Parts: sequence; C-alpha cells; structure tokens
Amino acid sequence: MLGNLSTPELSSLLALSPSIDQIGTLERIARIQARSIKGAAKLQGLRMALSMIDLTTLEGKDTPAKVRQLCYKAQHLHDQAPDLPTVAAVCVYPTMVGVAKKALGNSGIKVASVSTAFPSGQAPFEVKKLDTLYALDNGADEIDMVISRGRFLAGDYQFVYDEIAAIKALCGTARLKVIFETGELDSLDQVRKISDLAIAAGADFIKTSTGKIQPAATFPVVHTMLCAIKDHYDKTGQMIGMKPAGGISSSKLALQHLLMVKEVLGEAWLTNEWYRFGASSLANDLLMQYQKQLTGKYQSATYFSID
Amino acid sequence: MEILKTYKLYIGGQFPRTESGRTYPVLAADGSHVANACLASRKDVRNAVQAARKAQASWAGKSAFNRSQIAYRIAEMLEARKVQFIEELQLMGLDKQSAEEEVMMSIDRCVYYAGWADKYQALISSVNPVASSHFNFSSPEAMGVVGIVACQQTALIGLISQILPVIIGGNTVVVIANTNQPLCAITFAEVLATSDIPGGVVNILTGEVGELLPTLAGHMDVNALSLAPISSELSVSAQEAAVDNLKRVRIYTEPLYVKSAQGLSYISDFQEIKTTWHPIEQIAGGAGGY
Amino acid sequence: MSENNWNLEPSLESVAQVQIKPQYELFINGKWQAPLAATYFATVNPADEKHLAHIAQANAADVDLAVKAARAAYDNVWSQLSGAARGKYLFRIARLMQEKARELAVLETLDGGKPIRESRDIDIPLACNHFFYYAGWADKLQEAFPGQQMEALGVAGQITPWNFPLLMLAWKVAPALACGNTVVLKPAETTSLTALKFAEICQEAGLPAGVVNIVTGYGDTGAALVAHPNVDKIAFTGSTAVGKQIQKACIGTPKKVTLELGGKSANIILEDAPIDQAVEGIINSIFFNQGHVCCAGSRLFVQESIAEQVIAKLKFRLQSIYVGNPLDKNTDIGAINSKKQLETIEEYLSIGLAEGAEIYQPDCTLPSPGFYCKPTIFTDVAQSARIAQEEIFGPVLTIQTFRTMEEVVQKANNSPYGLAAGVWTANGARIFGLSSQLQAGVVWANTYNKFDPASPFGGYKESGFGREGGRHGLSAYLQFKN
Repeated sequence: MLGNLSTPELSSLLALSPSIDQIGTLERIARIQARSIKGAAKLQGLRMALSMIDLTTLEGKDTPAKVRQLCYKAQHLHDQAPDLPTVAAVCVYPTMVGVAKKALGNSGIKVASVSTAFPSGQAPFEVKKLDTLYALDNGADEIDMVISRGRFLAGDYQFVYDEIAAIKALCGTARLKVIFETGELDSLDQVRKISDLAIAAGADFIKTSTGKIQPAATFPVVHTMLCAIKDHYDKTGQMIGMKPAGGISSSKLALQHLLMVKEVLGEAWLTNEWYRFGASSLANDLLMQYQKQLTGKYQSATYFSID
Repeated sequence: MEILKTYKLYIGGQFPRTESGRTYPVLAADGSHVANACLASRKDVRNAVQAARKAQASWAGKSAFNRSQIAYRIAEMLEARKVQFIEELQLMGLDKQSAEEEVMMSIDRCVYYAGWADKYQALISSVNPVASSHFNFSSPEAMGVVGIVACQQTALIGLISQILPVIIGGNTVVVIANTNQPLCAITFAEVLATSDIPGGVVNILTGEVGELLPTLAGHMDVNALSLAPISSELSVSAQEAAVDNLKRVRIYTEPLYVKSAQGLSYISDFQEIKTTWHPIEQIAGGAGGY
Repeated sequence: MSENNWNLEPSLESVAQVQIKPQYELFINGKWQAPLAATYFATVNPADEKHLAHIAQANAADVDLAVKAARAAYDNVWSQLSGAARGKYLFRIARLMQEKARELAVLETLDGGKPIRESRDIDIPLACNHFFYYAGWADKLQEAFPGQQMEALGVAGQITPWNFPLLMLAWKVAPALACGNTVVLKPAETTSLTALKFAEICQEAGLPAGVVNIVTGYGDTGAALVAHPNVDKIAFTGSTAVGKQIQKACIGTPKKVTLELGGKSANIILEDAPIDQAVEGIINSIFFNQGHVCCAGSRLFVQESIAEQVIAKLKFRLQSIYVGNPLDKNTDIGAINSKKQLETIEEYLSIGLAEGAEIYQPDCTLPSPGFYCKPTIFTDVAQSARIAQEEIFGPVLTIQTFRTMEEVVQKANNSPYGLAAGVWTANGARIFGLSSQLQAGVVWANTYNKFDPASPFGGYKESGFGREGGRHGLSAYLQFKN
C-alpha cells in the first residue's frame, strides 16, 4: 500500500528479492502434487474451488446476450445439485461491465473488468486511464490490469511501478488485480521481482496471465508468486490475493493449486476474498468431479450446461 | 486367401506412402515377386528431415536413462517378432541358421547400445585440470540430424549397427534402407512404432540410393552423414555435397554385419564436445582448484 | 485465522497384492532351505508393532553352505558366461522389479516403516534403475578401464542396512554381478522381506542357482560371512563402529573391503541462497526417510544474517509435514525403524536439552502403538555439543550459524565423518570454491539427497571408503592386474 517509492527506494526494495532455483521449485511442487486428496476433503476442495472462480469471457465476439447467459451460469452452476456455491465473480471487457452488473443483480457475485488496453498493454497511459475509469463508472467491483511487459523487460521498473500505482489511485474501493503475463517473462527471478514490485505499488491481487497466450498459470510461476505474498505478509501483516489464470482446466490441477496455497500461505487464504481461479471451462470439470464424488459414477460432459 | 501387406515408408512415426506414388518390385532370392516397396523421392527426403529435426531437441532432452529404456524396449519388440524377421531374411536368400544368427545379433546389438546410453558420457567427458582458478569440463552433445545410407549387403544387422549408436547419443536419423532388400527395414519400423520411441527419431526411406543420397547429402539442415559401403562415385559426390554446411561425414569401410561392428566409437563419431569454464572462488586464500 | 479448515483425509495404499509368508527360509543355491539349527526370529511392522513373519536365522554353518554355493556358481557357471549374457540376466531382473514395483514398495513400507510415497517414488524406482544401469556395464568393462587387465573378485559377501533395504541391495548386487562376481547377502534383521522377495525375482528371472544367495540373521550372521575364508570381497553399509570391526577382521586376509558408513553432514546456507528452495532442501536433507540416512544434512549451518528468517520459514514449513501411518500416501515422516532406534534418538533429545540447546517440535499427534518421533530442530547449538558431533540417525536437526565461508568450511570439516555436504548459494564460483574445500565424498549444491545409478556415492574419512554408482562403482568388484 505504498505507491510512492522513489527510484532509489524502489531499487533497494527490488534488490531484496531473492533468487529462485527452478529445479528446487519443481521438486517442492512435485511433493504437493503427490498428495492424495480424497473423500470429504475432496468434496470440500471442489466446493471451495467453485466458489473461487472468476467466470470469464474475453473475446472480440462477446455480445450482451453471451454475457447475460454467462451471468446466469455464474448464479446457477448446476441446479440439479443442491447447495452449490456460486462463483466469486464474472470477468469481462469494460464494454460488457454494465450488462454483467445488471444481469448479476444483488447475487453477491462481483463484476471484474479487465482494463489498461488488455491484453497487450501497449497503449499510452491516457488510454489505459480512460479504459479503467469507463469500467469503474459502469460499476466494476474489481479491475484486472496488465503491466507493461516491454518496459519491465527493458528494466524500466519505475515506469511499471508508477503505472500500477496510478491505476490503483483510480480504483477507490474497487480491488486491483495486477496481471504479469508471466508467459512473456524470462525467469522465476523476474516473476519474483514483479511480484514484489506490484505489491509495493498497491496491488490487492497479483495475477499470472491474460489467458491469451501459453504458458499461463504454471505451477512454478504460481509458487513463486505465493512465496512473495508470504514474505510480504511476514514482514507487514498485510494479506495480498492470488489469482492464477489460464491453463487450469481440470479439478485435479485446481485442487493441487489449493493445496499449494494451504502449504505455502496457510488456510487464511482459502477463500474467494484472497484467492481466485481465472477460468472458463474449469467450472464444469469441478461439477463433474463433484457429482462423481456424490454418486460414485464417472460423469459425461453432456449433462452439464455449456454457456 | 491371405491379405498381402503394403510396405510403406516410416516418417514422423507414421507410415505414409511416397509422395511420388511410385513403387518398385522386391524380389526374393529365387527371383519371385515378394512385394512392392515405395520408391521414395527427394520430397520424401525433405519430409523426413523435417520430421527428424522436429523430434531432435526433445529426443536429446530426454534423460539418458529414458533413451536406454526405449532401446531396451526395441530389443524386446524385436525379440517378440523374431520369427517374422527370420522368415524375411530367408526369403532374401539366407539359410535358416544364418538368418537366426543375424536376428540374434541384431537383438543383442540393441541391448548392447541400450546399455551404453547412460555410460558413454562418463568415458568421453572430462574435468580438465586447467592452470587457472576455473572449473572446466568437457561433455558430449548430439550433433543433431544424421543422414544414414544403410548397409547394402545385409537387410537387418547393418541397419541396426548404424541406427542404434547414433540415436542412443541423442541424434535423430533419416535412413536410406538397403534398396534390394528393404523388407526388414520396414518391419523394423513397425518394431520402432511399438517401442515407445517418439515419432521422427528414426525415419526410414526405401528406394534408390543414387536418387535419394544427393538430396540428403546436400540438405543444409542435416548435420552429419553415416555412409555404409557404396560406389566411390556416389560416395565422392555425397561428400562434396556435404561440404556446404560442413557436415561431419563418417564412412564405414569395415563390414557392419560382424560381431565386432559395435563399440564406443560408433557413438562418439556422432557427438560434439562442448567445454565449459566457470570460476572457482578462492576461499580464505585457498587455491581454487579441482 | 483458520476458519477455512481444510484437512486431508487418510489415503491408505492397499496391501491386498502383498503376500507375506508366515515363515521364510534361507535362499541358498537357488532354493529355499531351512536353517540347519531350525532357528527363526520374528519381524514386526514398526508402524503398529504387529508381527509380520518369522525369518530364518542363519548360523556359521548356513553361511558356509551359502558361500560354497556361491563359489560353485562362480567357478562353474557365472565366470564362464560372457558379459553380454550376465547383462541380460540383470536386465531381466530389472524388468521384473519394475513389474512388481508396487508390491515391493508396499512390502518395504510394511517392513521398515518408511512412507509409501518414498518407497513408491524413490526407493523402488532407484533400485530398478540401478539394475538397469549396471546391466549395461557387464559387457563394457574393458571400455570402462581401457588398457587394463581385470578379473572379477569371486565371491562377494555383502551386508546391507535397514534404512534403504532394497535400494542398498541393488547398490551391492547389481555391480557385483555385472563384474562377474557371485553374492552372499545378509540383509538387516529388521528388514529382510524385500531381500527375500528379491530372491523370488532371481528365481523368476532364471538366474543360475548360487549366483545370488540370501542369508538372513543378526549381526553374528554378518560376522560369520566376514570371517569366512572363501569370501573374496566384503561390502558393508552400516555404522562406523561395525565398519571398523569389519576392517579389523579382514586384516591379514586377501579380502577386499569397501565400507559405506555413518555421517554428520553439514548443510550450508549462504546469505545469497535461493532461500525458499534452501528451506525445502533442509527439509529433504534431514526428514527424508525419518532422517535414517547416512548422508543426512544433520548439521545445518546458516549464515548469521539470514538465520532468523530461515529458522522462521523452517518452523512454518514443518506445519505441512505429516507424521503418521507409513501406508498413508500423505505421510511425510513414517515410523522409526525399531524400538531400539527410537530409544537412541530419544536419548539424544535429552542430551541436547541437557547441553542447553533450544528445542522446537511442531504440534502433532503421534500414532500409537508404533515407534514414532516428531521432527525436531535444535537451535543455539555449539560445535562441541554431542548432538552436533554424534550421528543421531533420526529426524533431528542441529542448527549453527556462521559469519564467513572460511569459518563454515572449517566447522564443516571439523568432524571425523566426511560423507556428504550441502551448499546453497546463487553464486556459481562459490559453489565450486566451497565444494572443492569440503571434505565430503558427495557435495550437493542447491539440492540435497539426490541419487542416481550413474552418480558415484561414498565417503571421506570415517564415513567409509569405496564408491557405489557410476563407472567408479565398478572398481569395487574387480581386481586389476598389470
């Protein structure tokens, strides 16, 4: 919640970012993935995962009707199964925020809007500012911004930092998620560095990807970001949220991610207040696994609505 | 009435026909017609090299242990189909005993090279005692895509003697099989297809050496050549074509179908050597050295 | 702060496919035969103290029969086979072990107490791979030692420990056979079952009778093997104390000896280390296999500037380490191998407290019955403390701080042991600078407890001599002539 570090202060901060060993990270992840999640723990995990989804549509061909259908699904994941949670939020382009807001009514589901010339971020700041203000004016509860990756890779950390801080200043009560697009970054060291930078600049959530390129939310990248969140918490007592987005299409992966949160951060983060999955097709796989747990039978995709 | 098999090429893990649509007759030792084999063209060579290149990085990136497991699986599959190979060799004119010996030697050679996969590195690498405070080590690396003209005197053992040591070292290959006796080569491709080896690591073409070799030898994306004995005319023109991208060329004058035609050098012939330096910090005035 | 309680359910591996016989005989000359004195001893599952089976107790006369069988097999069969043929037997054994991998893993866990995740993911695959690796050397010995004349030693007497029963068997038997020797092997008395299952695998592989013989029993069975005049080679993995006895017993005999003994390895974290991975490395170095590891990084040296941070992270990490039923796939720390070993560990915990060290153990409930110990950290430990000098062989870590690299090298080397060392730093030059100065047979840089059949393993100083694994591992089983 700083937002006003000078260049020397920012440099000192970033110098403290630890180096990350990739192979060691992969080994830690392998141990988490070897865990066996069964029975009641699995059911609980599946429900948690469902409640953490930011149900997403970010296509050039999005229309109001498409968004309204998605918002219905957000509130009615699978009415045939009783007592299911709703998703956490619906994530759309700024032009669809109004439609989503109306369609979600007072369901409690948030409207998250991408902005800042998502997905590339290659636009002058004025455009990014307008993009954000437009979304906020239309009622967005959360803003998912992208960082200027080119500037970051060129070493212009002050620019990247100032941009995040400026968007944060516009947000007011809306929560800011900062997207790194880790698939465009070089090493885990860079992922750590951008995490520390974004947190210092005022991010409420740090987010892996736009979902438009591969690789997206891989385990090593997510683990690195979780460690940054943990270190920040240990130093300041402040919690920061995490959102892996893109590439988490199966329940198995989602549960492994949740287990990683539990072991790296702790159970306090296991709520949609602090953790989100940026996903579209994950919901149905979670529902299928949930039904399988309840009935003992493997499910078919035909029986779950595709919106 | 039996179903006659169509003998196709083996490229990228698939069995396509030659894009030229041509075939040539394969005759048994007694002159009778056995099958039609694909008469591969230079475009097939092009496709095969593409497939080999595509597969090379991930093949070399597998652990040596993984490659040894695959080679051992090739031996298992070869053993399981022993009878078919023996019959094909007999058709080509070998007596039963020689055919059996050749198949046994082929199986043993696969096992032999499976065993080398994770050992040759220990013998051709070194930590070098340089005079400065540096950790200095030399280690082998696959050359890349290797073009092979298979032994034209034997149908199976020569082929295996050339392919196995090259792929065990992380290279991928494009092979021009024995023109007149191509059946074992394609049956061997079937063995490969069931052995867990990724598509594109081995690619086998049947056809005229004189037609295919110039394209292979001149291809700028082939890194090395392995030539079994062929006419000196073909050999010289291939070597000349190879000069353009400085292909490493290994010409085998010794027979590839004998017991002694196996060894470490068959592997190291197709390995580059990379030497790396890194400083050794001198702690508390101690000399940095290994 | 934990309203969102999410706890894993137990996920037990099935024991259905494992058949444990009520009684096991000795495996001599390709057959099961009863011990001459008809004595048996009980073996229990340390996870719940339940009886598993009766194991034959071999006396000196039984050992003699086994050595005779091994000698005959060597003279008449094994030494007459080509290297390629020996290799093929080893490949077969490796394949059969792969096919029975799950069964072997469950058996290893039941017999010794290690978590099923470790026996399944580490012990058994490495054991299989060891046979695959050495199978390939059998017909390449000349290339391994170019320009030298060599021969097998003959009959190898091998004594294996209880911490990695099948894996240590693989480390011993595979190179011995590849080099043309025959084997009489005595497994540790608390963990004989996978060795006996291995004997069945040898039968199934068609291994000629007498090439591998298994004589089960206590220390005196091992002593009889060591003392036998017709054994050409002794390979032992176990405590330094027993290793010294063996070396002494072989004086004046032509027996070649290799020993893989204890350790008190230093794990060194520099201030520029990748810190979260270093913490994970600490966990792996001391809590892997309940700390029953000769090369365990049991002495942690952390640079003073980051000590507080590392220790805090370590304590937090321990919250996700589960001690429990070894058959539960989620168990990280299983049972201590025996009551005796648990008593030894508990004694060291008292010694540590008495020496003034500060103890930390996470909050967890230990199963009962069964032999269990909580993962333990001691801070404020001095170099001269017994807990920093003596091998505890349990999930107990001592932590010392240091200021300079010179200081830590001195402290790390200041030990009669020299098995392994760990070095954590982001700086390559320091990796090489430190590792070249550490008196340890294995140095792990930015990692720990990594094993591979191609990588030679063994100690300096009183941690033993000889290497197992890699090309170097062949020399232990050959004699070179000039």
